[in-house]
Amino acid sequence: MKVSYFPGCTLKTTAKELDAYTRASAKALGVTLEEIENWQCCGGVFTTANDEIATKLSSIRALTEANAKEQPLVSVCSACHNVIKQTNRAMQTDADFAFRVNNYMRMQSDTYTEYHGEARVMHFLELLRDEIGFDKVAAAVKNSLKGKKIAAYYGCLLLRPGKTMQMDDVENPRIIEDLIRALGAEPVIYASRNECCGGYVALDSPDSAAKQSRKVLDGAISAGADLIVTACPLCRYNLIKNGKSDIPVVYFTELLAEALGVKETEDAQ
Amino acid sequence: MPRIGVFVCWCGSNIAGTVDVSTVSEAVKNEQGVVFSTNYQYMCSQSGQDIIKNAIRKHNLTGIVVCSCSPRMHEATFRKTAAAAGLNPYMVEIANIREQCSWVHKDMLTGTQKAIVLTKAAIAKVNLNSPLTPGESPVTKRALVIGGGIAGIQTALDIADAGFPVDIVETKPTIGGKMAQLDKTFPTLDCAACILTPKMVDAAQNDKIRIYSYSEVEEVNGFVGNFDVKIRRKARYVKEELCTGCGLCTEKCPQKKVPNEFNMGMDNRRAIYIPFAQAVPKVATIDADYCTMLKTGKCGVCSKVCTAGAIDYKQKDEIITERYGAIVAATGFNPISMDKFDEYAYSQSKDVITSLEFERLTNAAGPTAGKLLRPSDGKHPHTVVFVQCVGSRCAAAEKGKEYCSKICCMYTAKHAMLIRDKYPDVEVYVFYIDVRTPGKNFDEFYRRAVEEYGVHYIKGMVGKVSPEGDVLKVQASDLIANKQLHIDADLVVLAAAIEPDKSARSLATMLTASMDTNDFFTEAHPKLRPVESPTAGVFLSGACQGPKDIPETVSQAGAAASKVIGLLAKDKLIGNPCIAHSDEMMCNGCSSCERVCPYGAITYVNKEFRMPDRTTLVRRVASVNEAVCQGCGACTVACPSGAMDLRGFTAQQIMSEVDAICK
Repeated sequence: MKVSYFPGCTLKTTAKELDAYTRASAKALGVTLEEIENWQCCGGVFTTANDEIATKLSSIRALTEANAKEQPLVSVCSACHNVIKQTNRAMQTDADFAFRVNNYMRMQSDTYTEYHGEARVMHFLELLRDEIGFDKVAAAVKNSLKGKKIAAYYGCLLLRPGKTMQMDDVENPRIIEDLIRALGAEPVIYASRNECCGGYVALDSPDSAAKQSRKVLDGAISAGADLIVTACPLCRYNLIKNGKSDIPVVYFTELLAEALGVKETEDAQ
Repeated sequence: MPRIGVFVCWCGSNIAGTVDVSTVSEAVKNEQGVVFSTNYQYMCSQSGQDIIKNAIRKHNLTGIVVCSCSPRMHEATFRKTAAAAGLNPYMVEIANIREQCSWVHKDMLTGTQKAIVLTKAAIAKVNLNSPLTPGESPVTKRALVIGGGIAGIQTALDIADAGFPVDIVETKPTIGGKMAQLDKTFPTLDCAACILTPKMVDAAQNDKIRIYSYSEVEEVNGFVGNFDVKIRRKARYVKEELCTGCGLCTEKCPQKKVPNEFNMGMDNRRAIYIPFAQAVPKVATIDADYCTMLKTGKCGVCSKVCTAGAIDYKQKDEIITERYGAIVAATGFNPISMDKFDEYAYSQSKDVITSLEFERLTNAAGPTAGKLLRPSDGKHPHTVVFVQCVGSRCAAAEKGKEYCSKICCMYTAKHAMLIRDKYPDVEVYVFYIDVRTPGKNFDEFYRRAVEEYGVHYIKGMVGKVSPEGDVLKVQASDLIANKQLHIDADLVVLAAAIEPDKSARSLATMLTASMDTNDFFTEAHPKLRPVESPTAGVFLSGACQGPKDIPETVSQAGAAASKVIGLLAKDKLIGNPCIAHSDEMMCNGCSSCERVCPYGAITYVNKEFRMPDRTTLVRRVASVNEAVCQGCGACTVACPSGAMDLRGFTAQQIMSEVDAICK
């Protein structure tokens, strides 16, 4: 299976391991990630200003490229995924926005074909669940994580807004827990797993950010977790930096790579 | 030749203030057919009516136009006047020169000119009027009540009390409905069962009332006065007439793991069961989904222990057909599903319950024998949080309901008070958007909960409930103190919005009764005809028409009964003659009219036509059931061949009015 892949800038800098383990796991599971050519930063935030199209053009370029190749567009960073999915949704539902975007894109290239959100946007987790299937993932596990108690941390961007992301129940999600189960480990359920880590106020109000991160970590620890996994580079940074705790916080792809037996090869490189 | 009289009313200064009435009566004197024209201060008064009557007799009038207020107001009055003078009442036309003229204009000249035009239009129409005679149909003196909750029971009792036979069809094995599940009732705190069960027994013992429990309405045909209804009596595998209700079978049945719906699934019952001690009829029912004998053919314990020989594993559903003069919908309500409200962790913790579950939890006949114990571990809770408006007044229509469920504020106050009364050690919090307690002694009741019982009422909503260990972490906002609250609760009770029972939608289709977007039955008029459906002969009782508490339900049930009694007391029904009829020669059998008819009044029949060459031809043509047609006119618009027309409002009449206005 071939899919288009949008890594995003954090995955090329501070979250290199998220990218590396994603690629290694995908390869082990028989999926080819074709990186979008000359991709640009997603912008990091989906602005809700109505007259704003400039920050969304990066997503549009990636979407139209994937669409031309008739491939789903897969990303793994929570923020990138959020921006791309929301932009795609806006192209489907907001006729005015789509009109202006299409006009702009046409100016740039004569060969541009009108786009109305036809591409399928998937998070790597959705790829694992809906395309590969957690049962196949479980079958491919070489080093079972049996005995480990792992807490999934969703953060705010991965699932919300629920109507647009359409990934899982925002209030009671299970997609990462199901993956943890597929890898042989035991998921730990705790209250703040889908709350904000505080990352967005880390500069403005470091105390609030620290408090919020502590809440997440303490919740996971008191529920008996040995390890926390997340998909979001900002969450991971914030939990480690501001949360200041001994509990390891890693990307879910690292866990996946470990279970699939491709982590060591990746680490060696 | 038509001889038409025109009578212009001043309505005091209501009309005469903006319309020069004598100019109007003068101006129309020479219109086609007009032989008499006058004006008077109050046409609807006795002396005004006498002017009309005398003119009809003296000038031998064949039609009259009264220029006055809206026909809604006095058309009936003037029709009676005409009839008293020997004129067919349908030869009367009203020109509305008050609501549609004098009241909306300020300028005398404009008002007068418009009044003249409206009068000319009415004259043009009455020139084409023909005398109409309403039809008659007989009335079957038996009523059907669909739903056996407090609404249905009260309606049936009141109808039976007036001497008319009435049948109750209830889908559950017993009547009683939601009220039977309640513990206490607000605002008096008397026990629900104590006031409901005597009514259930009255219904069972009343020889005018037949109860078809465990039965469903399958098909409704016919029309007001003569509804033919098919009722499916579901197989309960117990012979109702033999079962004594001793309950031995329900004790011996080895299938013990059936969720008990009467206790909201909080405990189990057997596969053969009597829903509760005071069930009516007190007859056992076998749940075919769980009965080992019915599923595998191996068991038969209930049959062995039954001394009355009432068990019949071979019983089949039975269809009975009855004719009724009137039908009352009393299908009630249900709390909505909590699936879309996972922020309150209903699916994640047994200690997050709905208010109806709380009723069972605090009921002496409930799963905990009335002791307040947590469903998860049976421990006594110390902090209880009530969340109001869960799904009510919810702007996101895909999640909840836009309307106020009306009963939650009061039952939550009741629940809070009951806890504080029995267990003063328990802290009780109620989160609300608004507290709405209109109703007799209602606000006083709520104030008592706050002031005497010390319930913490907090304006604000709960954002999240997270189960952590055996604690429920409640995160909420206090809007008045403007701060976030974090409460460790042991029990969370959700006041789930209520919605009409799912059966209402299919029933409405069967009855051709209209519903609103929320599937509540629509009343004929929201203020003036609140218990009648727009469909003749169909009446509404209880929460199927809108959220209601018990006092309101009972009064509405009585009102519906009185309307039914009024109908059944008649030997014959006089119809409205202004109804549709089809010109069979022009009808092409396309079914357009049948599809748009909201009352199901149009059917198609095969009819033989004699052709000019003496052969016969069978054609499919529309036929209007005159007793069902309400004269809305939808079919006349839909008919592509112009075959369908409305008596009293023919296309020709309407066009003549338009012509008169445009001239």
